[in-house]
Amino acid sequence: MILAAAAASSAFSGWAFYLAQQSINALQLGSIYALIALGYSMVYGVLTMINFAHGDLFMLGAFACLLIAAFLPLPFVVILLLVILLIGLLGALIERVAYRPLRGGPRVSAIITALGCGLVIENLTLVNFPYAQRMPALFTSTSYQVAGLTISTLQLLIIGISVALMLGLDFFIYKTRYGIAMRAIAFDARTVPLMGVPADRIISLTFLIGAGLGGAAGMLYGLAYPVIAPSMGVLVGWKAFIAAVIGGIGSVRGAVLGGFILGGVEIMVVAFLPSTYRDLISYSLLLVILIFKPYGLLGRAPNQKV
Amino acid sequence: MSALLEIQHVTKRFGGLCAISDCSVAVETGHTHGIIGPNGAGKTTLFNLITGIYKPTEGAIRFRGESIAGLRPGRIALKGIGRTFQNIRLCKELTVLDNVRIAFDSQLHYAPIEALIRLPRSGRGEQRSIDESLRLLEPFGLLAHAHDRAGDLPYGHQRKLEIARALALKPSALLLDEPAAGLNTGETAALTEFLRWVRGEFDVTLVLIEHHMHLVMNLCDRITVLDFGQTIADGTPEEIRANPRVIEAYLGGADDE
Amino acid sequence: MKPFLAAAAIARWPLPVLIAAGFAFTVAAQYLPILNGYTQFVLITVGINIILCASLNLVNGYMGEFSVGHAGFMSLGAYSAAIFTTKWLPATPAAFLPAVLFGGAVAAVIGFFLALLSFKTRGDYLAIITLAFLMIVKSTWENLPYVGGPRGITTAPLTTLPWVFAAVVATIWIIRNLVYSKFGRAVIAIREDEIAANAMGVRVREAKILAFVVSSFFGGVAGALSAHATFFINPGQFDILKSTEILVMVYLGGIGSLAGSILGATIFTFLSQALQPLGYWRLVILPLILVLLMLFRPRGIMGLRELPWFLPRRELLIKRELYKKP
Repeated sequence: MILAAAAASSAFSGWAFYLAQQSINALQLGSIYALIALGYSMVYGVLTMINFAHGDLFMLGAFACLLIAAFLPLPFVVILLLVILLIGLLGALIERVAYRPLRGGPRVSAIITALGCGLVIENLTLVNFPYAQRMPALFTSTSYQVAGLTISTLQLLIIGISVALMLGLDFFIYKTRYGIAMRAIAFDARTVPLMGVPADRIISLTFLIGAGLGGAAGMLYGLAYPVIAPSMGVLVGWKAFIAAVIGGIGSVRGAVLGGFILGGVEIMVVAFLPSTYRDLISYSLLLVILIFKPYGLLGRAPNQKV
Repeated sequence: MSALLEIQHVTKRFGGLCAISDCSVAVETGHTHGIIGPNGAGKTTLFNLITGIYKPTEGAIRFRGESIAGLRPGRIALKGIGRTFQNIRLCKELTVLDNVRIAFDSQLHYAPIEALIRLPRSGRGEQRSIDESLRLLEPFGLLAHAHDRAGDLPYGHQRKLEIARALALKPSALLLDEPAAGLNTGETAALTEFLRWVRGEFDVTLVLIEHHMHLVMNLCDRITVLDFGQTIADGTPEEIRANPRVIEAYLGGADDE
Repeated sequence: MKPFLAAAAIARWPLPVLIAAGFAFTVAAQYLPILNGYTQFVLITVGINIILCASLNLVNGYMGEFSVGHAGFMSLGAYSAAIFTTKWLPATPAAFLPAVLFGGAVAAVIGFFLALLSFKTRGDYLAIITLAFLMIVKSTWENLPYVGGPRGITTAPLTTLPWVFAAVVATIWIIRNLVYSKFGRAVIAIREDEIAANAMGVRVREAKILAFVVSSFFGGVAGALSAHATFFINPGQFDILKSTEILVMVYLGGIGSLAGSILGATIFTFLSQALQPLGYWRLVILPLILVLLMLFRPRGIMGLRELPWFLPRRELLIKRELYKKP
């Protein structure tokens, strides 16, 4: 009798430990999703446009890190800043060359262009890297045992950097002049530019920051799951897009919320179900959420002027 | 005589903004009813409430005694309320004829499958829609333009086409949102005559929002004056002309400038 | 729709003659050594692509929505028909037509539910919903051992050139009938101005559902035909890249034009075959074409214009009468 109770309790604690361990993994994946989702959400907020190329910029972040690390022995932080800058500039460049000429035209054209740009980036990468690449470890990660749970410096670093970037962005958007301008344009893209807000510059800045965060996420993802391939732009990047929609696309805090929810769901699916169900469940979750909350958890329905 | 369209104590709030508050209007069958008021008085909002684009926050809207508040816009249109828009909303890429046919199509009753495999009923319906739509275009002076792209028409023709299109619905009430906007004095006088003719020819009750006082006073049997979303006066043109509150709402605003 | 005005008087009799001659030729090619196997395969691909392109045009062109899920309908049709011919009935030519119709029907049913779902949201959200749909379909096949999981299933090569030709003619005819009916006008009115369409009594939901169902039905038919044109299918064939290919065809040929769809699908198929030796570069060039199209000719070659052959006679007659008047 006592023996059975003890066995049950140890089984329970084993299960609880497993869950706790998976929660750390979920936090890691969720923070990466959240970082990417921010880019989708910011662009949608300002231009009401789905930037389908964003996932591929995320993928390029990983490859940029791979290339920089292969040729320049730079410290980790410098590589991270370089990747953010490079991918951010590329994001702003794509906006300037491919999206801006279409602004004011049919919105469908902009989405199609974005989809096309994404595929061009993905397949150009594929031409140069036909096989999956191994990401170099940029530093030696040590694992700690805390209350029976394993957590590595890499995991702490990924979660820490992501959270720091998100807090920085939140501060930027709510407290600085440019951030306020960004929110103003998102609120009313027609009137606000008339009041002297330089819309083009703010939009470029939005793409720069969004893509930069996506690039950072790509690098962190590559460090966490060190086999990278061009297809991860679609496989992982579009998951982050789901996260943005679940949270309410256009909402910055929604993107973060959606990222962590999706990260949690995916890790738990893999932990308790066959891993091939992951996509099925993530995309079904998206549909279910859209049925009950058509504009996501924190999103607002657009106003329509008649 | 019973009212065709009754707006009873309707209130519409957008967030904290109260666009219409406790507004009541009764439009009699066969009358021409004018809705006037300064800019931002809530006139177009009232039209959008009647046609189902917005749902009233409070109050009832009845058409032929039947409550229509909260119905979808398409259903309300089919019950017999046609409208035009302040900023013209034609299907610009379609021909003039097809713009009218779209509204006429609600009177064609053939099933999807009949259309897909071209059973006779769909063909007969289509022919009827062409014939009747062309007939409708003639008095509007648009027959010669029947095959032009609607977006290419001159402004005045676009306004007329919008009216023709709304009439193709065979409505019993026609809501006109500033039909004389952008017209000069001569054109406005012509429009007044034209609307008089429309009213008789199509046996339709007109409700119009207008700033041209001359047109409103000439054409309307009854006028409702809105200011800040509230009804401040309601009566015959003579009564409205003499109403001190109306004079204040109009001239008071003018004094400030 | 804006027809070629100058060509409004174009003779109509060549159309049935061309169709009859085309069909006779495809039948003859089965018995006489006119076309080699590769040419037949390319022509079959052209036909399947025309069906895909014309049916997606209904949603993305005429209705002006943005669906990226057409490969998903294709996948549904392909798998349903393949299950029909490989598991339920012997793979004989007699089972082929029911299999193709079954494939279309399954796609149409799912298309119906997707259309219902799309009413909950508006605008760009259709792209999101169809994207999720595409991924769910792909993932479902990958997780179903019944249809071979990620490796797919072997099919019987039942699709022949005459079948494809007949399917293309039927597709174009039915889509034309839809477009030039009250339902088609409603769909176009919704694209132009949904609020005005509503105010004109257009039954918006009915029109959208019909366009969606017909579009997905033919997407499924194309999938069923393509499944039996090769020896096997797997979930990976029907991914976002396949959807993009169909999008390129639609926007290359011209939105809101059936002549454009035929043109776009034909040009695309030959171009795609010609680019085969380039390997992965082909995958760079195709989306690049899409981007350049959007930047420089967003409505495609035909861009809302239609060849008079694809207009019902009735629509042409009023044009002629109007132009006779001074």
